[in-house]
Amino acid sequence: MTDAALPRPRRLSRLLRVNPIWLVLLILIGAIVALNPDFTEPQGYMNFLRRAAPLCILAAGQVFVLTSGGFDLSVGSTITLTVVGASMLLYNNEAATWWVILAMLGAGGVIGLVNGLVVALLRVPSLIATLGTMITVSGIGLMWSGGAPRGYLTDGFRAAGRFMWRDVPVIGLLPAALLVLIGGGAVLWWLMHGTNYGRLLHAVGDNPEAARLAGVPVARVRVLAFVVSSLSAVVAGILLGGFSGVSLDVGTGYELQAITAAVLGGTQLLGGRGAVGAALGGALTLTAIFTLLNFLGLPQPVREVVQGLILISAVALAVCRRDA
Amino acid sequence: MTSLPSPRRRLRIGPGTILLAALAVYVIAILWSGNTQFLRPGNILGMLTRAVALGITAVGQTIVILCASIDLSVAALISASAVLASVVMGGSTTMIVPAILAVLLLGMVVGLVNGLVITRLRVNPLIATLGMAMVIQGILSAVVSNFAGEVPRSFRSFDSGTVLGLPVSLIFLGLVAAGASAILNWTRFGSNIYAVGGNIDAARLAGIRTDRVIIAAHLLCSLCASVTGLYLAARLGSGAPWIGRDGMYDLESIAVAVIGGTVLAGGRGGIWGTMAGVAIFAMIDSLFNVLGVDAFAKQVLRGGIIVAAVAAYAIGSRRLVA
Amino acid sequence: MTLRTTTAMAVALAVLALPATAQNFDDPTEFAEQEAQLAATPIGPEGAPWEQYLEDSMVDTAQYAAGEGPHTVCFSNAGVNNPWRVVGWTNMQAEVALHPEIGELIHVDAEGSDDKQIGDINDLVASGNCDVLIVSPNTTAALTPAVEAACEVLPVIVFDRGVNTDCPVTFIHPVGGYGFGIQGARFIAENVEEGANVLMLRILPGVDVLETRYSAGRRILDEAGLNVVGAEFTDGDNAKTKSIVEDYLQRGSIDAVWMDAGATAVAAIEAFEDNGYDVPVFVGEDQQDFLQKWQELGLTAIAPTYPTYQWRTPIIAAARILAGEPVPGPEWVLPQPAITAENLDQYVNPDMPPLHYAMCGCEELPGYPEAWGGQASN
Repeated sequence: MTDAALPRPRRLSRLLRVNPIWLVLLILIGAIVALNPDFTEPQGYMNFLRRAAPLCILAAGQVFVLTSGGFDLSVGSTITLTVVGASMLLYNNEAATWWVILAMLGAGGVIGLVNGLVVALLRVPSLIATLGTMITVSGIGLMWSGGAPRGYLTDGFRAAGRFMWRDVPVIGLLPAALLVLIGGGAVLWWLMHGTNYGRLLHAVGDNPEAARLAGVPVARVRVLAFVVSSLSAVVAGILLGGFSGVSLDVGTGYELQAITAAVLGGTQLLGGRGAVGAALGGALTLTAIFTLLNFLGLPQPVREVVQGLILISAVALAVCRRDA
Repeated sequence: MTSLPSPRRRLRIGPGTILLAALAVYVIAILWSGNTQFLRPGNILGMLTRAVALGITAVGQTIVILCASIDLSVAALISASAVLASVVMGGSTTMIVPAILAVLLLGMVVGLVNGLVITRLRVNPLIATLGMAMVIQGILSAVVSNFAGEVPRSFRSFDSGTVLGLPVSLIFLGLVAAGASAILNWTRFGSNIYAVGGNIDAARLAGIRTDRVIIAAHLLCSLCASVTGLYLAARLGSGAPWIGRDGMYDLESIAVAVIGGTVLAGGRGGIWGTMAGVAIFAMIDSLFNVLGVDAFAKQVLRGGIIVAAVAAYAIGSRRLVA
Repeated sequence: MTLRTTTAMAVALAVLALPATAQNFDDPTEFAEQEAQLAATPIGPEGAPWEQYLEDSMVDTAQYAAGEGPHTVCFSNAGVNNPWRVVGWTNMQAEVALHPEIGELIHVDAEGSDDKQIGDINDLVASGNCDVLIVSPNTTAALTPAVEAACEVLPVIVFDRGVNTDCPVTFIHPVGGYGFGIQGARFIAENVEEGANVLMLRILPGVDVLETRYSAGRRILDEAGLNVVGAEFTDGDNAKTKSIVEDYLQRGSIDAVWMDAGATAVAAIEAFEDNGYDVPVFVGEDQQDFLQKWQELGLTAIAPTYPTYQWRTPIIAAARILAGEPVPGPEWVLPQPAITAENLDQYVNPDMPPLHYAMCGCEELPGYPEAWGGQASN
C-alpha cells in the first residue's frame, strides 16, 4: 500500500488518508435516513446536531488530555456539578445568568487545575487522579445540593442548549447549540492545530522524557490540557442542562462516551496523536449510532453490546491502519 | 520510565506504613467516639469479612496491573458469574459442582478473549476490557433483569460458615492471596509477569513469550472475578445483573491495588500490598459507619484518600507519569 | 471469535434463565387486591395519612415494651441515591424530632449495594446499641436472611420494599406499584378516544416496584383498546427522555404519555413544546417541577404518587413498639392518593425544589421548608 511510484495507488492512498470516521458517519446517516426519511427535514437533523453538541465539545476537550498521554475521567462529574451548581446559584434569577456561567467556568478551571497539578506535580497517574476527582466532585455536588436538585435554571441559561431559531432561510431551523458547537470546536481546533501549544502537547504525549530534555515545560503543558478538558466539560454541562433541565445524573457515563468518541476519531491512547476534527466526527458517529439503534427499536442491553463491539473494533482497526 | 532505583530515595513510603497509619487513625477514632465494641475480635472479623469480595477481585486485578495491563470487565463478569451460578444451581445441592465448573469456564473464556484482543489485536487494555464489560453487561441484562435462580442452603456456607471460629470466606481470601503471592514470587511465570510489566521490549528480547504471559494474567484475573461472583451468589442467596456494577468492583479493585503500592505502569507491587489496601478500605468504610458520616461526605473523603495515598508513594520519586 | 463466544454465552444464559425467572410482575391477584385498596376508606386520623392504614389488623407488641426512654432507633438504609429517598430521609429525621422518647437515630447508608447492606445490618445488630431496627431493603431476596437474623435479636420494622419473611413486627408500605399503574392508565383511558396512540416511558427493567407499575398500566391501556406505540426505557435521564420523545414525534402523533415515574416528566413535556406540538394527556408523579408545569400549561394530567410520607411511619411504629402499644400489621398498608386537577393547587409550591415530592406530608414538620431545600415563604 506504500508503493507510491504509480499514480493510481497514490490517489488511493490519499483517499485512504482521509479519516475513515467520516465515511462511517456518512454510512450511518444514510441508514438513519433510509429508516426514517423525515430525518432530512430540518427538525430531524437539527435535533440530531443539538443532541450531539455536548458530546462533541466534550470529546474535543478530552482529546487534549488523551494526546498528552493521560485520561480525564472527571468530566462526567464536572458536567453534573455545572448543572446542579448553576441551578442552585440561579434559582430562577434571570439577572444572575452571566455571572453564574462565569462562576461555573471558574469552577471547571479549578477542577482542571487540581487534576493537572496532582498528575504533574504529585506524580499520581491520571487514571487514579481523575478517578479521585470524579468521586470527589460528584460528592461535592451531592453535598451541596443535599442529594436532589435544589434550584431551577433560568430560560437565559438554558437558551444555549434549548433555543432554536425558527424560519431561518435555507436551513429552516437553527439551534443555538449548533453555534456553540461551531464556536467551541473552532477554538479547540485552533488551539490544537494552529498554535505552538498544540505542537508541544504532541511532543509531551509522544515522549515526555525527550520533550523535557528538549526544554518543553512538560508540567505546564499537561496542566493546561486538563484545564481545557474541564472547561469543555463545563460548556457541555451548560448545553446539557439547557437541553434537558436539572438532574443529578446528567453527566453519568459521559467520561467513557467522550473517550470512546475520541478513540473512534483515531486518537491514540497513551499519547502522541490526536485530532480535534476527527474527535468531533467520532462524537457525531457515536450519537448517530445511538440514534440508529433507537430507530431500530433495539432494547438498551443490545445497544450496550453494540457499543462495546464498536469500541473494540475501532481501536483494532486503528492499530491495523497504523501498521499498514 | 524504567524502574531503576533512584539514587535520591530518602523518604520511601510503602503499603505497610500506610496500613499502620490507617490502623492508628481507626483505633483513635473508635476510642474517641466511645464505640469500643468495634475493637472486639468479632467485630474486626466482621469488618474484614465485608471486604472479601473486593479482596478476591483485587488479587486478580493486581496480577494484570503488574504486567502493565488493566481489567475493567471484572464488575460485569462478577454479575454474570453470580447469575450463572445461581441459575445453574437452581436451589439444588447436586448442581453445585456443575455450577462452579460453568462459572470457572465462563471466567476462562472471558479472560482468554480479553488477553487475545489485547495481545493479538493489540487493542489498548483499557478499551478492550471496557468493551468486554459492555458486551457482558449487555448480554446479561438482555437475558435477566432481576435476581435469577437460587443457591442451595449448603452453598451459602461459603459466606456464612466458620472454621475454628474464623469465617470460611476470610480463610478462602487468605488462601487465594497466598496462592497468588506464591505464583508471583516463586515461579518463573511470576517473574515473567514482573519482567513484562517492567519493560515489555526487554522481556521479549530476553526470550519471554510476552503474549502468553499477558493472556495468562488475564485468565487469572477473570478467574478471580468469577470466583467473586460465586462468593456473592452465596452471600446474597442469588445473582442479579447489577451486583458487580453496584459494588463498583472494577474501579475499587484498581484503587486498592494502587493504594497497596502496585504501580499502574506495571512491574512493581505485590499481592500483600493489595491486601493492605483492601484492609484500609474496609477500615474506612467501618469508620464512616461508626462515626455516622453522611453518604455524600463519604464520597468526597474517599476520592481524596485514594489520591492522597497514591501521591504518598510518589514522594521522593522523580518518575514522570501520565 | 469474540462474537461467536458471546453469542454462545448468550444462548446458554438464555436457555438456563428462562425457567428460573420466577418472579411474577403481572399477578392478577395482587392487581385486584391493590385495585380494591385504592377504593378503600382508610382507618385512622383524618388528614394524617402516614398514620392511617387500609387493612384492619393489629399486632400486639407488649413483649417489646422498653420502659422509659430515651431509646436508640437504628436504621439500615438502602441509600439516599435518588431525590425520592432524599425527601423521605428528611421526613424521617424530622419525625424523630417529634419523639422525645427517641434519644438517637443511628443511620447507616448502604449506598445502593446489597452486599454492603447485609454487612450494615449484621454490624448494627452486633453493636448492641439498638432498641429497634428499621430496614429499608435495597432488594427483597438478598436482604431476607440478614433481616431474619436480626429478628431473632430485636424488633424489626421493614418499609418501602418488603422481605420474604414475616418475622418483622410490621411491613409498612403504600398500596403499591399496581395501584400506581392503575391510577395513571385509567386516567388516560378516560381522557382519550379509543385507538389513541399512547407512549409509555419507563426508567429501567427489572426493578420490582417499577415493573408492577408498568404491567398494571399496560393491562389497562390494552383493555381500553388503546394503541401503545412504544414502551421505552429512559434510564431516568432527562436528555435521553427528551430525545426519545422527539424521535417518536418525528414518526407520528402521540395522544397520551404514561410514565412509571415522574422525575423526567418535564423533559418529556419540553420535547412537545420545543418542537411545536400541543402537550397531550400526561401521567407524571408528584414532583414539584411537573406539578408547576401542569398548572402553568393547564394540562390534562394526573400525578399518581408513591408517597414519601411513608418514611414518617416507621418512626411512629418504632415509638409505639417501644411503648408496647399495638401497631397495624403484619402489613401496614398506607393510603396512596393521586394528585388530580381538583386538588392540584394545594400541592403546587414554587418555593420548593424541582424534584421535591409534594405528597410528603411534611408541611407541618419541624424545619420545613428549609430542610427539604425550599425557601421560606415571605
